Amino acid sequence: MNERTNGGTGAAPGGADEQGATSRTALQAALARAEADGRAALIGYLPAGFPDPESSIKVIEAMVEGGCDVIEVGLPYSDPTMDGPTIQRAADTALSAGTTPADVLRVVQATAATGAAALVMTYWNPVERYGPARFCADLAAAGGSGVITPDLIPEEAEEWFAATDAAGLDRIFLVAPSSSDERLRLTARASRGFVYAASLMGVTGTRAQVAGTAEKLVARTRSAIPGGGPAVCVGLGISNRSQAAEVAAYADGVIAGAGFCQRVLDAPDLETGISAVRSFAEELALGVRDGRS
Amino acid sequence: MPTPRPAARARSPGAGPDRKGRAPRADMEKQMPSATPDSVRSDLPDARGHYGRFGGRFSPEALIAALDQVAQEWDKAKADPAFRAELDALLRDYTGRPSLLTEAARFAEHCGGARVLLKREDLNHTGSHKINNVLGQALLTKRMGKTRVIAETGAGQHGVATATACALMGLDCVIYMGEEDTRRQALNVARMRLLGAEVVPVSVGSRTLKDAINEAFRDWVANVETTHYLFGTVAGPHPFPALVRDLHYVIGEEARAQVLDLTGRLPDAVAACVGGGSNAMGIFAAFVGDPGVALYGFEAGGEGVQTARHAAAITGGAPGVFHGARTYVLQDEHGQTLPSHSISAGLDYPAVGPEHAWLADTGRVSYRAVTDAEAMEAFRLLSRTEGIIPAIESAHALAGVRRIGEQLGPDGVIVVNLSGRGDKDVDTAATYFGLVDGEGEEQA
Repeated sequence: MNERTNGGTGAAPGGADEQGATSRTALQAALARAEADGRAALIGYLPAGFPDPESSIKVIEAMVEGGCDVIEVGLPYSDPTMDGPTIQRAADTALSAGTTPADVLRVVQATAATGAAALVMTYWNPVERYGPARFCADLAAAGGSGVITPDLIPEEAEEWFAATDAAGLDRIFLVAPSSSDERLRLTARASRGFVYAASLMGVTGTRAQVAGTAEKLVARTRSAIPGGGPAVCVGLGISNRSQAAEVAAYADGVIAGAGFCQRVLDAPDLETGISAVRSFAEELALGVRDGRS
Repeated sequence: MPTPRPAARARSPGAGPDRKGRAPRADMEKQMPSATPDSVRSDLPDARGHYGRFGGRFSPEALIAALDQVAQEWDKAKADPAFRAELDALLRDYTGRPSLLTEAARFAEHCGGARVLLKREDLNHTGSHKINNVLGQALLTKRMGKTRVIAETGAGQHGVATATACALMGLDCVIYMGEEDTRRQALNVARMRLLGAEVVPVSVGSRTLKDAINEAFRDWVANVETTHYLFGTVAGPHPFPALVRDLHYVIGEEARAQVLDLTGRLPDAVAACVGGGSNAMGIFAAFVGDPGVALYGFEAGGEGVQTARHAAAITGGAPGVFHGARTYVLQDEHGQTLPSHSISAGLDYPAVGPEHAWLADTGRVSYRAVTDAEAMEAFRLLSRTEGIIPAIESAHALAGVRRIGEQLGPDGVIVVNLSGRGDKDVDTAATYFGLVDGEGEEQA
């Protein structure tokens, strides 16, 4: 696992490299394709079931049409301590619509069918309740690539390592500007697919500016594993083309979430919301291509 | 890799009984044990904050550095004689410690005749045990060079205590409180504001204590450089369960010495109410190494644990991860947190501290549910037989004592933690018993 799992330099897009196509998750392939295109990947987040299970699939299809390479399907949870008001509202709406883990898996399946890589973003208790091994098996069967766990740190993840390994799923842990070098090394080593770098000290939500802490954190995370660790993608606060371009200049992927939720929340009806979501994805997709030109 | 905790810790001489739980000799110095804590009687938690399969840290990476800082600073502070002296002085001169151990002879007539001894945390400044934890953590805040304190509150007791300590020490103070609770406890909101705190009503989720905690965590992650989260109970991510227990250890340490002094022996049983479980952990910790002392935690059974309306996480919940720790949680089949209910706002929390979860699993402590109705009956009984109006939280423990007393009979000795006074509950009681406007009392 010393190779950068996004394929490193020179990997042909979708090509059969020495590892063989089957050993790579759809996420790793998507990151490698973006790298081969000379750009950062665009990763979009939406809670499954927002505004209801069927509609969330339509919103995600628009995100992919607009240019998202990877979709984080959120598992709505009653106590989302890492999320700001926009995603809290979206998750509350999804829970009120009766969204269950089975719905989440259905949305993952629909997402994978679009050709985008599908991840699940979930707080830990719903996974613990479902059973980590069973969750991973069912997610892999639904075509999911991996899981982001914002309130699970590697020290508590022994069972999770086994479960994700057995199912061949990527597991994505977070790093933050406050992480020590030692913790960056620990977390990058534990992660597979990519490491999620929180751009700032705070919760999810759009911000006027990308925090200056993000670039330094990406550099520190990269240098934490000599010889190269997993890809590093940046999230929290990215809400327009220029911010996406700014982050794409130094990160392997750009993650946006609250901006998508906000557009659905603000729209008078679902069709308008979906159209706004597609435009927003297109705008960010231009941004990730501006970044390294 | 973390290094294991050292097996032996520095203790102040004469600080209560030794590890095997032998009583101090009668000719030992009569002074109260040092009010500052140590946790020598428990090897737990381990270096990562685990109590068996419970506890740990299920927190965003962004908070890990701050949690490490609190843990390290607490390790240093409790070994620092200057810190201990400063905290001891505050507990003595500001809080009014040691708190009394009062024999409740008339109440005991309704408890199978067993001797009932009340540990009077209700007599502390601000009216409950909460002040013990708050003063210690406020001092710790200053040691860490932080200037701002945030805290959650349900009924307002922890918020008032935190606002008090911040006023005393010149710290900025922001209290998160569910919007529902700010309405139910308007007087405590005014009290906190009078003390100079900013009270932020939380209008997301169920708008109660758990959502106030969520919001406080969100504030903390954004302001962690200047801010300490002064957590109010023995729940949350490591080191909070151990830190808050250690700061309340003084309750049990005093009570153990006092009951030996008064009766010449250890009690048969120690009882306390359990919401998050801070007052219970404080008194249990001093007796957990005494195999002859039965320990009882009384959870809020609300309208009954067989109904959906209760707050009994151990009796009626299941293991899960909540607010940063693995513990017992009220949750549905999908791991979503269920709303809790109790007539006592201070027990109205859908989880419990992880050390309680572990003590329940090991069987060292027996956890039982007490309904709203049983608690209110005990509330009235103590008021009428002893002239002491207890907090409704503490009344849950008193209701439990009546059951224990029936089992023990006249030879039994029971220590119960009277964790707070009932002034804040007079409105609730007046409505419950129909005491307003000369309507007369409903006969239960």
